[in-house]
Amino acid sequence: MNAFAYHFSFDFRVGIRNKTLMLMNYLFPLGCYVMFGALLGSINPGFLQTIVPAMSVFAVLGGALLGMPDTLVSAREAGIFRSYKINGVPALSILAIPVLTSMLHALLATVVIALTAPALFHGTAPVNWAGFLLVFLVAAFACAGIGALIGVISSSTRMTVLFSQLVFLPSMILGGLMLPFSMLPPAMAKVALVLPTTYAMDAFAGLAMGQASGTHPWLSIAILAVGGLMAFGLSVYLFSWDSKNATRRGHPALAALAWLPYGVGLLLLLRG
Amino acid sequence: MNDAIIQVHDLRKTYGSLVAVDGISFEVQRGEIFGLLGPNGAGKTSTLESLEGLRRPDGGALRIAGIDPSRQSRQLRALIGVQLQASGLPDSFRVDEAMRFFCAYHGVPPRDDLIDRVGLSDKRAAQYHQLSGGQQRRLALALAVAHKPPVVFLDEPTAGLDVASRAMLHDLMRELQAGGTTILLATHDMAEASEMATRVAILLRGKIAATGTPMELTATGAGLTKISVRTEGECLAKPGTDFPAVRQTQRQEDYFIYFSTDVGPTVSALIAYINAQADPLVDLRVERPTLEDRFLEITTKGAAR
Repeated sequence: MNAFAYHFSFDFRVGIRNKTLMLMNYLFPLGCYVMFGALLGSINPGFLQTIVPAMSVFAVLGGALLGMPDTLVSAREAGIFRSYKINGVPALSILAIPVLTSMLHALLATVVIALTAPALFHGTAPVNWAGFLLVFLVAAFACAGIGALIGVISSSTRMTVLFSQLVFLPSMILGGLMLPFSMLPPAMAKVALVLPTTYAMDAFAGLAMGQASGTHPWLSIAILAVGGLMAFGLSVYLFSWDSKNATRRGHPALAALAWLPYGVGLLLLLRG
Repeated sequence: MNDAIIQVHDLRKTYGSLVAVDGISFEVQRGEIFGLLGPNGAGKTSTLESLEGLRRPDGGALRIAGIDPSRQSRQLRALIGVQLQASGLPDSFRVDEAMRFFCAYHGVPPRDDLIDRVGLSDKRAAQYHQLSGGQQRRLALALAVAHKPPVVFLDEPTAGLDVASRAMLHDLMRELQAGGTTILLATHDMAEASEMATRVAILLRGKIAATGTPMELTATGAGLTKISVRTEGECLAKPGTDFPAVRQTQRQEDYFIYFSTDVGPTVSALIAYINAQADPLVDLRVERPTLEDRFLEITTKGAAR
């Protein structure tokens, strides 16, 4: 087994062994899935048509935004990155492996959701599983890229919580998980269009669920893919080995560039 | 013959207006254990981290086996093993996983023998956070040498260790040295430096205040050598018994104690006098100033400037 594969396998096992990561990767999204399925399904039956993609995106957000960034900051603060640098672990591996493992954890949680939702809650299953997998992978990469970027730019674990919640909470409320995008007031719809989850839900609707609400799924896929690449690229560029996060190549404010594709999406869709 | 594997020439490292390392130069010969001593803030860690490639020097030239640490990091990794002061491993790492992980990145087979060698055989499945401080340090040393690097940097390797763990680490360091490994040892422990180091450099405010073998350093200090003598009779109590180079005399129970600036002439004169008095010698002990005495002398002088 080569070093990257061993590192990946170790990181994946830690995601199950570490109680916080186990909570964020599995217990939190699956617990919320059961709760939302039972509660929201009876209050708003329309939610059951999107329960599979919505809770999949929720699982992605849990691991990528609430689990991964804190792990990266804690490792840097504990001097683990310095130890890695001395032993030849490249920065690319330090960032790419948590991104990939968080995607894999979210995929496993998603499999549970997608297979049980129809039986447990009469939720609508995807009509195109290949499309579902494609959208899932691109959306998970976009969110995990943002998670890595938050982990890289945060000066402390406290800042990580702040940055993560700044993305997580609006994504939950406005990003199409709880309410359809079409029901949002115009001002809120503009805000929603700078959130990756809005594009993820649109792409799921158009490419996986066969729903009319997916109006521009391929544009959404493109925006998510470019957003993910920019977020991950910026996290590599801004990465700091230093335990105090004092030395890096650029200013942390450069992280805002990761929202450029979503800004372009906002402009395109408002004109359209 | 000069067989320097580590060459430091006019190294400078600053942090804003603070000059941490101020133009130091030294060489470490292949197979040496070189001790880097100094009070907190003297520049030891900055020097080590510059050599380890963790910090970029602001001036000077560094070479490890001809490699520039700040420019040739890939080649450097194979050449050096590093035990950081804070070990820096993920809490969830199991001992055997840590060995496999680092060996994988160094491209060498896992060294399970080293886990046994540092006394962690029964802790293979234990996670890092479950190990005691001493066990964590032993693991860190095993990981640092797993890829058989020719140069090893140890930063306070025995700080906080119990006697048995310390002895085990010292044995391992001697084994490494016997195998030709060069060790650069930063420590606060003067007894450790005295016992383990072939040569030492004492850093003070970013400069080298003294360098040499522990014996040379203690010999060049202003410290007095303590000579304790006991005879059967009382010949040394007679008035007018002056000996060369003696600065101070004391009596403690049956012993006469002389503090000398030059031990050779003092001891020779003492023995000649005792023999001349036909007073049988029972005990004679010579206690040279320790490295710690010399270190305190240098650092106190430096602080007073």
